[in-house]
Amino acid sequence: MSKQEAKIVDMQTPRVNIAMPENNGQARAAGKRPVKMRTAGVNVFYGNNQALTEIDLDIRENEVTALIGPSGCGKSTYLRCLNRMNDTIEECRVEGTVTLDGEDIYDRAVDVVHLRARIGMVFQKPNPFPKSIYDNVAYGPQIHGLVSSRDALDEVVMTSLTKAGLLDEVRNRMHELGTGLSGGQQQRLCIARAIAVNPEVILMDEPCSALDPIATARIEELIDELRENYTIIIVTHSMQQAARVSQRTAFFHLGILVEFGDTERVFTSPRDERTQGYITGRFG
Amino acid sequence: MIASNTSTSKLITASLHRRHAAEKRFRAYGVIAIAIALVFLVILLSSILAKGYGAFFQTQISLPIVFSQDVIDHRKTGNAEIIAHANYTRLVRDALRARFPDVNKRREVKKLTALVSRGARRHLQTMVVHDPSLIGATRKVWLPASGDADMFFKGAIARDIPEKTRRINDRQIAWLDALEEDGALRKRFNVTFFTTGDSREPEQAGIWGAIVGSALMLLVTLILSFPMGVTAAVYLEELSAKSRWTDFLEVNINNMAAVPSIIYGLLGLAVFLNVMHLPRSAPVVGGIVLALMTFPTIIIATRASLKAVPPSIREAARGLGASPVQVVLHHVLPLAMPGIFTGTIIGMSRALGESAPLLMIGMVAFIVDIPQGPFDPATALPVQIYLWADSPERAFVEKTAAATLVLLVFLVVMNATAVILRRKFEKRW
Repeated sequence: MSKQEAKIVDMQTPRVNIAMPENNGQARAAGKRPVKMRTAGVNVFYGNNQALTEIDLDIRENEVTALIGPSGCGKSTYLRCLNRMNDTIEECRVEGTVTLDGEDIYDRAVDVVHLRARIGMVFQKPNPFPKSIYDNVAYGPQIHGLVSSRDALDEVVMTSLTKAGLLDEVRNRMHELGTGLSGGQQQRLCIARAIAVNPEVILMDEPCSALDPIATARIEELIDELRENYTIIIVTHSMQQAARVSQRTAFFHLGILVEFGDTERVFTSPRDERTQGYITGRFG
Repeated sequence: MIASNTSTSKLITASLHRRHAAEKRFRAYGVIAIAIALVFLVILLSSILAKGYGAFFQTQISLPIVFSQDVIDHRKTGNAEIIAHANYTRLVRDALRARFPDVNKRREVKKLTALVSRGARRHLQTMVVHDPSLIGATRKVWLPASGDADMFFKGAIARDIPEKTRRINDRQIAWLDALEEDGALRKRFNVTFFTTGDSREPEQAGIWGAIVGSALMLLVTLILSFPMGVTAAVYLEELSAKSRWTDFLEVNINNMAAVPSIIYGLLGLAVFLNVMHLPRSAPVVGGIVLALMTFPTIIIATRASLKAVPPSIREAARGLGASPVQVVLHHVLPLAMPGIFTGTIIGMSRALGESAPLLMIGMVAFIVDIPQGPFDPATALPVQIYLWADSPERAFVEKTAAATLVLLVFLVVMNATAVILRRKFEKRW
């Protein structure tokens, strides 16, 4: 990576031993949680280019798993394999197995529509629909027929907005355009929209990269709260963020999973030189 | 570092002059191009306006008409049928001869009656049918002047050209002058022009038939090409996987948009008339032909506006588990609609101005009746213009220009609607 980028990372990450939030300790105290998703020998190709090579990774239930690594390392590609968003890219080919609760999601019998209802996604750039705040959140439950009455729908919308910590800010403007909110609010709206379908796993692709530090802090808090009910996989460029919100961290480099383990361990005593180099800001 | 380097700075200054000059030159080219275009537009519009303005007014002649019982219903039956079919032309002739009693020769009388439109009898007929109590009375009635008298009164026929080459002779001019002196000549707004169909007599010819024909045709075009074009575009852009087959289709759609319109006319003639035996001169056939012509335009416009919808919206919907059709119907299509409408309206206005393919399928016929449905024989506005432009009577010159003006007004209104729609519904994200 360029010198300049490395410098920026360096400024954000002055030392390797960043203060670790307590929640990591708690997570470990709770012992090993059951595996929610497992990928084995995943290879991804874009045409003739191999983007990911032999990725084996277990995602544990009710944990936050952070995927870090320099740009172009394949972490977003990996994330998009988990809910088959890569299907829509024509020349993209996925090999290997990805399982959700032991079931192969690339199996022919699996309907992508159903899969994506179980595995929600939050994107890098907040992308609310140009519809009202209410309609944004109500859309998922409506298309999947999760609610039978208007009242039930109202309740789902309210609960989702509450869980996303947005309700107080939008209570009186439910019928204004979702696109009229601030960036941070838009991203929380997208999270509310994702959890309204009541998914089991939530994928987040650099959800804070377009947000200011205050909005970022708000989302991070939210991620920690959501962990109780959902399994979360987050791609992030900020190592501090990975350290703050995740229980386990995977470091990707050039399409290879270099190191994977408890966040605290990865950040304090990385086993691989490349991990060490990346988190100390020597490259990236 | 660069700022301190004087030689670099000099070089840049020198190149700046060149660049500024190039910029000025380029701006000048642009202004000149626009100016030329504007000049021609102004010339075109002002010439049409100058020529066509007159057609919106019609000369009328006032005559004291004696609604004679003997002529209308000499047996005093009061039968509506008899009253309706009475010889109203004679009432006009009698009134004219009463005004100019010295005219006796047959040929002279003919010349005299030629001043009043042949449509005058229908005018009188309507009056009497609506109010039979007029029979026996005498009323001053304003009747439409004939095309030639109208032209003379409007100054389109000069007095100083030799009588032999004039459509109106010296006697007739004298009569008209006498009438004008009496205050029995006036110009009024030409309602007939906007309410009737075509006619051999210029003063009775109107564009309503052509407008209705065009409207029926565009309706057929819209009903066929809009849903077809949009579905095809959505399929190609959103649902189909890219393959050699879709590439092939794309090339051919673009080719279709470039095919000269007369080819579509030939296709209509060969397939719809000769094979399918659809009615000749009917708006339904014209509509189908124009739909084929508009179809690729709508596909191209729709695809362009689908492409303009940000991919993040599709991802968001897909990420929530929306099926491909739901992604399109709930999100992409509504956002693309303004662009689709704009493209459609532009395609429609092109179809409205099209005449060549209509000539092929017989819509160039002389049709007096206002079409009542898409299967009735009809003509269209541009074809009507073409027909009138071909007519020898002087009075049709201004009709031609006036019909062109009407067509232009429709086109401007349609294009303005397209612009307004685009402005109004453009989404902000």
